[in-house]
Amino acid sequence: MINSIVIVALGIISISMLLLIYRVVKGPSVPDRVVALDALGINLVGVVALISIVFNSFAFLEVILLIGILAFIGTIAFAKFLEKGVIIERDRDA
Amino acid sequence: MTLLHLAILSPLLMALIVPLFYKVAKNVHTGWFVLILPVLLFSYFIQFLSRTSKGETITATAEWMPSFGINFTAYVDGLSLLFALLITGIGSLVVLYSIYYLDKHKESLHNFYVYLLLFMGAMLGVVLSDNLLVMYTFWELTSISSFLLIAYWYHRERSRYGAQKSMLITVFGGLSMLGGIVLLGIMGDTFSIRELLAQQDILVSHALFIPALLLILLGAFTKSAQFPFHIWLPDAMEAPTPVSAYLHSATMVKAGIYLVARMTPIFSESSLWIWLVGGIGLLTLMWGSFNAVKQTDLKGILAFSTISQLGLIMSLLGVGAAARFYDYNQYYVAATVAAIFHLVNHATFKGTLFMVVGIVDHETGTRDIRKLGGLMSMMPITATIALIGSFSMAGLPPFNGFLSKEMFFTGMIRVIEMDIFNLSTWGILFPIIAWVASIFTFIYSMILFFKTFTGKYQPEKLDKEAHEAPFGMLLSPIILASLVVIFGFFPNLLSQSIIKPAVEAIVPAIKESSTLKVNIYFWHGFTPELFMTFGVILLGTLLYVYSSKWTPIYSKIPEKLSFNTVYDHGLISMERGAFSLTRRYMTGFIRTYLVYIFTFFIGILSFTMISQGAFTIDTSELAPISVYEVVLAVILVLGTVTILFAKSRLTAIIALGSVGYSVALFFVLFKAPDLALTQLVIETVSVALFLLCFYHLPRLSRHEERTSFKFGNLLISAAVGVLVTLISIASHSQKMFPSISEYYVENSYKLAGGKNMVNVILVDFRGFDTMFEICVLAIAALGIFAMIRLRLTRRSEG
Repeated sequence: MINSIVIVALGIISISMLLLIYRVVKGPSVPDRVVALDALGINLVGVVALISIVFNSFAFLEVILLIGILAFIGTIAFAKFLEKGVIIERDRDA
Repeated sequence: MTLLHLAILSPLLMALIVPLFYKVAKNVHTGWFVLILPVLLFSYFIQFLSRTSKGETITATAEWMPSFGINFTAYVDGLSLLFALLITGIGSLVVLYSIYYLDKHKESLHNFYVYLLLFMGAMLGVVLSDNLLVMYTFWELTSISSFLLIAYWYHRERSRYGAQKSMLITVFGGLSMLGGIVLLGIMGDTFSIRELLAQQDILVSHALFIPALLLILLGAFTKSAQFPFHIWLPDAMEAPTPVSAYLHSATMVKAGIYLVARMTPIFSESSLWIWLVGGIGLLTLMWGSFNAVKQTDLKGILAFSTISQLGLIMSLLGVGAAARFYDYNQYYVAATVAAIFHLVNHATFKGTLFMVVGIVDHETGTRDIRKLGGLMSMMPITATIALIGSFSMAGLPPFNGFLSKEMFFTGMIRVIEMDIFNLSTWGILFPIIAWVASIFTFIYSMILFFKTFTGKYQPEKLDKEAHEAPFGMLLSPIILASLVVIFGFFPNLLSQSIIKPAVEAIVPAIKESSTLKVNIYFWHGFTPELFMTFGVILLGTLLYVYSSKWTPIYSKIPEKLSFNTVYDHGLISMERGAFSLTRRYMTGFIRTYLVYIFTFFIGILSFTMISQGAFTIDTSELAPISVYEVVLAVILVLGTVTILFAKSRLTAIIALGSVGYSVALFFVLFKAPDLALTQLVIETVSVALFLLCFYHLPRLSRHEERTSFKFGNLLISAAVGVLVTLISIASHSQKMFPSISEYYVENSYKLAGGKNMVNVILVDFRGFDTMFEICVLAIAALGIFAMIRLRLTRRSEG
C-alpha cells in the first residue's frame, strides 16, 4: 500500500521537475531561471525523502537537510549577484 | 696496490700537483718538473725487459669493484711493455721538446702539462690493463685528454672544430668498443683478456662472436684513424706540435693497433677479421698516401702519412692473423714481426718529422711548403734530421724504414700463396696495392724534404728571418733520428728484447709450436721484395721529378667527394633533421599532446588486451536493474550530451552541474550517504567556481560558438570510451579473489569502536590516505592564495 503511494508520489514529483526544467531552459529572464532552480532543489528534497522511505533507512536525512541549505544559499547568492553584480563585497578600506 | 699500479697512475697524480709548480716556481719552465716523471717511468719499465724477453709475464691486481668482477689488474707482457716504453720514452722526449717549443710566459703551461700527463697516464692504463672494462675507462680518458690537447689554443675556431670532430669520432668508436667488450663479457663470463683467451674455442662458436668482433674493430678503427674514420686526424693538427708528435703519431693513434694486436688471438679464427683488418688497413694505406701528396701544409702531409702508415701496420696485423691456418709457420708469422717492427720504426721517424716541422714552423713562422724552400744552408742540423726521417719513411736504405718496408712487401707477397677465404683469387691485390701505395709514400716523403730544405729561399714570404733552432729544441729530434739510424744498422738490438716477446703476445701459440726467429738483415739476396723497392725508388723519383705534369689530377677530383663533406653535411643535416622533427611534433598545443597521450593509451591497452585474449563478458554475477536507476541514467546521459552540443558556456556549466547532482542521486540510490553529502557540497562549490571563471573571461575573445567538430577527436574519444568500458566489463567478469570488505564489516565496531564503516576506514583502518589528502587540500589552498597574492603584488609594482 505505502509503496504504491510512494511510487505515485515519485512520478508526480518527476513530472513537476520536468516542468521546472522547461522553465529553466526557456525562462525569458534570469530571475525566472533562478526561481525554477530553487524549486528544483526543493523537489529534490522530496525525491530523496521518498527514496528513503523505499529503502526504509534513516541514513539520507542529512542529505535532505543539506539540499535545503544549499538551495537557500545558492538562491541568496544569485539574488545578490543580480542585485549588486558581486557576491562577496570587498572591504571598502582595502 | 703495487709499485706497478703506482707507476701507471703516477702521471694522473702528478697532474694534480702540476698547477702548484706553475704557481710557485714562476721563473722555471713547468716542463722541467714534468720531465722527471716520464724519464723515471721509462727507466722503471725498461727493467722489465729482461723478464719479458725470457717469456715471463708480470701481473698485479688491485681491487676496484670486486663484486662486479672488475679489478684493476696490471698485466705486463711483451706487447704491453713495448707500448709502455714507447709512451714513456717518446713522452720524455716530447716533454723535453715542449719545454723549448712553448713559451714560458705566453702559454698557459699548467693546462698543457696537466692534459699531457692525463693523457700519458690514460695511455699507460690502456696498454697495461688486463681487465677490458678498466681498459675502456682509460681508453675514454685518452679521448678526453686528446680533446683537451687539440683545443689547447681554444680561442682559434679551427682548433675547436678539430677537437669536436675528433671527440665525436673517437667517442663513437669508444662506445661501440664498450658494446663489444660487454658482448665478450657475456660470452666468456669474464672481462679479463687472459681468461678470455683461454676460452677462445668457446667464444668462436658463440652467436655473439661476430657482433663483438665488428664492434671492437669499430673502436680500433676510429681510434687509429682507419678508413673512413681517418678524417679527424688531419683536423687534429691544429694542436701544438708536441701534441701532434706525441698523440697523433706515436701513441694514441696506436691504441687501435694495440687493441687489434691484443684481440688477434681471440678473433683471428674468423675470416671476417682477416679480411677487415687486412683489407681496411690496405685501403687506408692507399688512401692516406694518395692524399698526402696533395697537401701543402707540412703537418697535413704528416697527418695523412700517419694515416697511411697506420694502415700499413693494420694490414700487416691482418695478414699475420692468417698464420693460424698454417700451423703458425715461421713463414707467415713474419707479417706480425714486420707489423711490430714497423710500429717501433714509425714511432721514431714520425716523432722526428713532427718535431722537425715544429722547428721549421717556430723558426720561419709558416708550415706552407709553397712559401718554404732553401732552408738547408740556414738550418743544417734540422735538415739532416729531416733527411733521416723522411728517407726512413720513404723506405730507403740504410734507415730502419727500409727494413720494415722490405718485410712489409714480404708479408704481402705471401698473401698470394694463401688459399683460404678466397685469398687465392683476390690475394694478388694485396702486394699490388701495397706497392702502389709505397710509390706515393716515396713521393710525399721527397716532397716533405726537398720542398722545404732545397730550392730557392724566399725570405719575402716568411714572417721571420730563418735561422737554426736552439740546441734544446733540437735535442729530442736528434735522439729520435739517431734511433732511426741505430735501428737501421743494428735492427737485432730490438729483435730479441722487444719484438720477439711482443710477437709471442700476439701469436701466443708460437711459444710452443716453433722457435721464432726474428733476425732482421739488410740483405736477403735478390728477392722480389728488393726489385719492388727498386721499382718504388725508380717510379717514385720519376713521378716526383715530373710531378707538375700529373698533380693537376688532384684538382680534377671534386672537393665534394671527400669524407669531410660527408661528415660536415651529416652533422648539419642531423641537427636540422632533429630540429625539424622536434618542431613538427612539439607543436606547443596541449590538444596535440593529448592526442598523442590518448592514442598511445588506446594502442598499448588494446594491444595488451587483444594479445592476452583478455576481453571476456560474464553476466552471472550481475545485480537486477531497477526503474530508478534507468531513469537516473537517462538523465545523466542527457546532461552529458547537452555539454557536448551546448552552444554557450553557461549551458555547458549548468549541464555539468546537473550531471554532478545526478551522480549524487546515484550515490543515494546505491546507498552511500556520506558520498552523496560530499558530492552535493563539492558539486555546488565547483559549479560556483566555474561560473566565476566564466564571468571573468575577457570580453574580446568571448565568442559563444559550438565546439568545433573534428573527426579525429571524435574517433579518439569514442575509442577511449569503448576501450575503458570493455576493460571494466572484462575486469568485472574475471574476479579472481573475494573482496576483503568482510573484514571491515566484522571489525569496524569491534576493533575501532565506530558504526559508520566508511568513516572508520577513512580515519582508522586507512588513516594515512586521509592525512595526505588533507595535505593535498592544504597545498591547493595555499597555491591558490599564492597565485592570487603574487599576481596582485606584481600588478601593484608594475
